[in-house]
Amino acid sequence: MSDANVAHEAHEVVHRHEPPKSFIRKYIFSLDHKVIGVQYLMLALAAVLVGMTLSILMRFSLTWPDMNWPIIGMIKPDQYLALLTIHGTIMVFFVLTTAPQGGFGNYFLPIQIGAEDMAFPTLNMLSFWVTLVGFIVLLMSFFVTEGAPIGGWTAYPPLSAIASAGPGQGTGMNLWIISIAIFCVGSLLGALNFITTLLNMRAKGMSLMRMPLTCWAWFTTAVLALLAFPVLLAGGVLLFLDRNLGTSFFVPAGLYIKDVIQPHAGGSPILWQHLFWFFGHPEVYIAILPGMGLTSHVLSTFARKPVFGYRAMVFAIFAIGLLGFFVWGHHMFISGMSPYSAMAFSILTLSIGVPSAVKTFNWIGTLWGGKIRFKVPMLFALGFVSLFVAGGITGLVLGQTSLDLPMHDTYFVLGHFHLVMGVAAIFGMFTGVYFWFPKIFGRFMSERLGRIHFWITFVGVYCIFIPMHIMGIVGMPRRYSRFAENGQQIYYFLESLHPLVIFVTFAAIITFLAQFIFFFNLFWSMFKGKKCTENNPWEATTLEWDTTSPPPHDNFAGVHPVVYRGAYEYSVPGAPNDFVMQTDPDEFGEHEGSGDGHNGHKH
Amino acid sequence: MSTEAASADQLIANEWSGGTLPYRVGHRKLGMWLFIVSDSLTFSALLVGYAYVRASSDNWPTPFPFSPSIIFSTVMTLCLLSSSLTMVMGVSASARGDKKATRKWILLTILFGLTFIVLHLIEWRHLINEGLSPFSLPKEWVKEWPGASPLFGATFFGITGLHMFHVATGAIYLAVVAARVNKLKHEDVEISGLYWHFVDLVWMFVFPMIYLLSIKA
Repeated sequence: MSDANVAHEAHEVVHRHEPPKSFIRKYIFSLDHKVIGVQYLMLALAAVLVGMTLSILMRFSLTWPDMNWPIIGMIKPDQYLALLTIHGTIMVFFVLTTAPQGGFGNYFLPIQIGAEDMAFPTLNMLSFWVTLVGFIVLLMSFFVTEGAPIGGWTAYPPLSAIASAGPGQGTGMNLWIISIAIFCVGSLLGALNFITTLLNMRAKGMSLMRMPLTCWAWFTTAVLALLAFPVLLAGGVLLFLDRNLGTSFFVPAGLYIKDVIQPHAGGSPILWQHLFWFFGHPEVYIAILPGMGLTSHVLSTFARKPVFGYRAMVFAIFAIGLLGFFVWGHHMFISGMSPYSAMAFSILTLSIGVPSAVKTFNWIGTLWGGKIRFKVPMLFALGFVSLFVAGGITGLVLGQTSLDLPMHDTYFVLGHFHLVMGVAAIFGMFTGVYFWFPKIFGRFMSERLGRIHFWITFVGVYCIFIPMHIMGIVGMPRRYSRFAENGQQIYYFLESLHPLVIFVTFAAIITFLAQFIFFFNLFWSMFKGKKCTENNPWEATTLEWDTTSPPPHDNFAGVHPVVYRGAYEYSVPGAPNDFVMQTDPDEFGEHEGSGDGHNGHKH
Repeated sequence: MSTEAASADQLIANEWSGGTLPYRVGHRKLGMWLFIVSDSLTFSALLVGYAYVRASSDNWPTPFPFSPSIIFSTVMTLCLLSSSLTMVMGVSASARGDKKATRKWILLTILFGLTFIVLHLIEWRHLINEGLSPFSLPKEWVKEWPGASPLFGATFFGITGLHMFHVATGAIYLAVVAARVNKLKHEDVEISGLYWHFVDLVWMFVFPMIYLLSIKA
């Protein structure tokens, strides 16, 4: 112990902490951002497995509503609603928010900026454990009397505010609120940590405009989380008071539930919608921005070209984040808002199309004339672009009040947001897993299995979600557990959609099964995959490829990396290789290696 | 980087070019600022919610007579303001390295904070005895302001309660700082000061919105 202390003193390094010796400190209650990152990823993996299973059960129930399934029996309408509520909550909070930011961000943000750890390692550990507790509390709602809540992941009152409003709205709903409140706290701590780390701990020479776009994306996401989650927390507290202390923030007077007039008066359910969507819309970008950053990163790496318009990409990320705070009303067009507010929200919403298009064109510009290497991470990054465009374009449809009014709460909306914030963000995560796996575990994933996984998933998700747009245009409402009674269609105009419903279900089952290829590939490769002995298997430029795979406890083995250039110097004329690491001090030809974002292609 | 005379632009560039603390504050202080940003959004959400329900109500009680209610809450406000002053004195003593004076001023700050809480609780008890609760108004109020929203109690207890919780947390935080003042760096004392001033600042929004807007005509 005293020896270690001496060694500690002898090092002039400010932040150096020795690797812990005991198993518990090393793998369970670890302060190492890399271990915490992997813990977040594992949590998200467990969560996505649950969320996916719930979605398959929902498809079963929609397609064969009166079937008696082994073990679970018939899925009753209220159980269907519970499934969709927990599916949405798990996916949005514990997968889309947890993995890209908590997982990859935690692991790679400090390494990519050349830091040894996060600014607050203990807080970091706490964020993870708090999030895990939130997840467990949420799952508990399945096991209480009356089961899980049925209000959807948006938990609109009055349904969510009154315990007698439906099955699962008692204890289950309380657990839901507690879970989300805990999650908010965890995310806030995480966001605060990310921002401090990025601002204060960049290595020498790592100016803001030399950072990889992934870091920009994580930073912006953290800012969004810092500003959005406190509002959800406040809303959640008020909802909790309404339910348990008899206040009526969200409940109007004269509300009858099951022939009983409720003792509440004076509140407004619309207030919840405002508070929720003020959080909820930035949340969409919290899910997708890390994927955008990673896609830019991977496209550049595998096209062997600098990111086209680095500066524009940075501003586009920020513009999307900023505009995201002023468009929450487009989720509420049918709430009876004034047409003038609706118009303002509509125009602001459509204006998000501009930075989104800037990003899309720059991705294509990055690919243009590149020497593309079709490795699995590249496939998923290309898939991300495709899904983002396909899902984003219908955002322009829904952003217009006149079109949103008939489309609201139909399968069109379902198809739109699943493609753009669900599947696209998940493709971002797949990109991250395949791309960084050699760095994290020191082994490669199987390329062949990766390709099979990609093609089935890519085709599969389109087969699932494109038909949903058609169903929505025909007028199929979402959140309905069944459309027929005793085999008799109640909504005759939906009759013709039945083949599509069956098609989507089969596509969903196949896509679901294909994910087990991924799970197998992941866990098999961790132990049996081809060893990655080199630091930089993809011939990339950023700092994480400048250290061993996996990186040592303090990331750079006691060395402080110094950065001399921008993050994407590929195919620099005069350079010996087609990539120049950020730590490479050499200058080539006339090129100045300014790294201010205008790197490369000056000749 | 270059040998030319450093212009202001270059100085800024150097501060942001990595390897330094761009705002010249340590991690903990920056972290506290970020916490304050996020916490102020929590309070904003509550105050906006309060404004929303108040504006959309047919009638809202304005039950606080100038004497004694407003005078009483002004005394509470003075307590908090004074505590900010003593906190400033504490931080400045800490900047001089005078640990003893730092401890003295911080203890005085805690005292003001606790006085605020005690006065606040007296006020709460008074209102509760009158019949105000989170879900209903006193009978006389209903007579005086027919159709008044019962949310008065909910917003009042909700917002002032959350604020009081922050004051109590701050008092405990400051007590820890006072106890460990000999071991702490100056910046750590400063950080506790940031938190305390923030809590006071929140009250400067709560006081007019909850009390002054509800003065009995």
